[in-house]
Amino acid sequence: MSQRYLLSEAPLDEAAATASVATSGAGAVVTFVGRVRAHSRGAAVTKLVYEAYPEMVEAVFAQIADEIREKFAVDAVAIHHRVGVLAVGETSVVIAVSAEHRPAAFDACRYAIDRLKQIAPIWKKEHGPDGAVWVDDRP
Amino acid sequence: MRVTVRLFASHREAAGVSIVSIELPAGARAVDAFAACRQARPGLPAPVAGVAFAVNREFAAPDALLADGDEVAVLPPVAGG
Repeated sequence: MSQRYLLSEAPLDEAAATASVATSGAGAVVTFVGRVRAHSRGAAVTKLVYEAYPEMVEAVFAQIADEIREKFAVDAVAIHHRVGVLAVGETSVVIAVSAEHRPAAFDACRYAIDRLKQIAPIWKKEHGPDGAVWVDDRP
Repeated sequence: MRVTVRLFASHREAAGVSIVSIELPAGARAVDAFAACRQARPGLPAPVAGVAFAVNREFAAPDALLADGDEVAVLPPVAGG
């Protein structure tokens, strides 16, 4: 079974993340896959460079999973995130949630990606034809 | 006391280093560590809204008290996903 909370320099394995949350009681598994878009806020993107605080990030993923288990009736949560240089189309994040029934799995998966974007110590720099900029996703 | 400050993303680039070791007086707080970093590395910007702190790899308030040997991380607004 693959690791539940993972920061990886190697390409992410979506099937492994999904399989890692499978339980005999789970009738629903929802997997979210985030990928590098070719454009951002009207500008072309050629690649993204992700950076993280590696000694802390997996503990934050575990914290997000703990929050999920308090809020939703889920069985298991997996959060995998990539770091390093990613080309357009590559997978940057995979979140998989299993639950007895689908509403909790969908809700928990949505919560996980929203919370990850809010608190996980991860940053990305967008590179395009006109240069590079650190992304600030604050509303 | 001596603490280690970890810098990331735009802060790391502005400082030119990712780790700074600094000497602080007793009673110093997380935000003081960043201020001392800015004196040592003048390229660092003033703290912007949304900067968070972690002490010894756990989220901490800007006014969290530091102890000798602590690792203080200055976290610019995050953008994972």
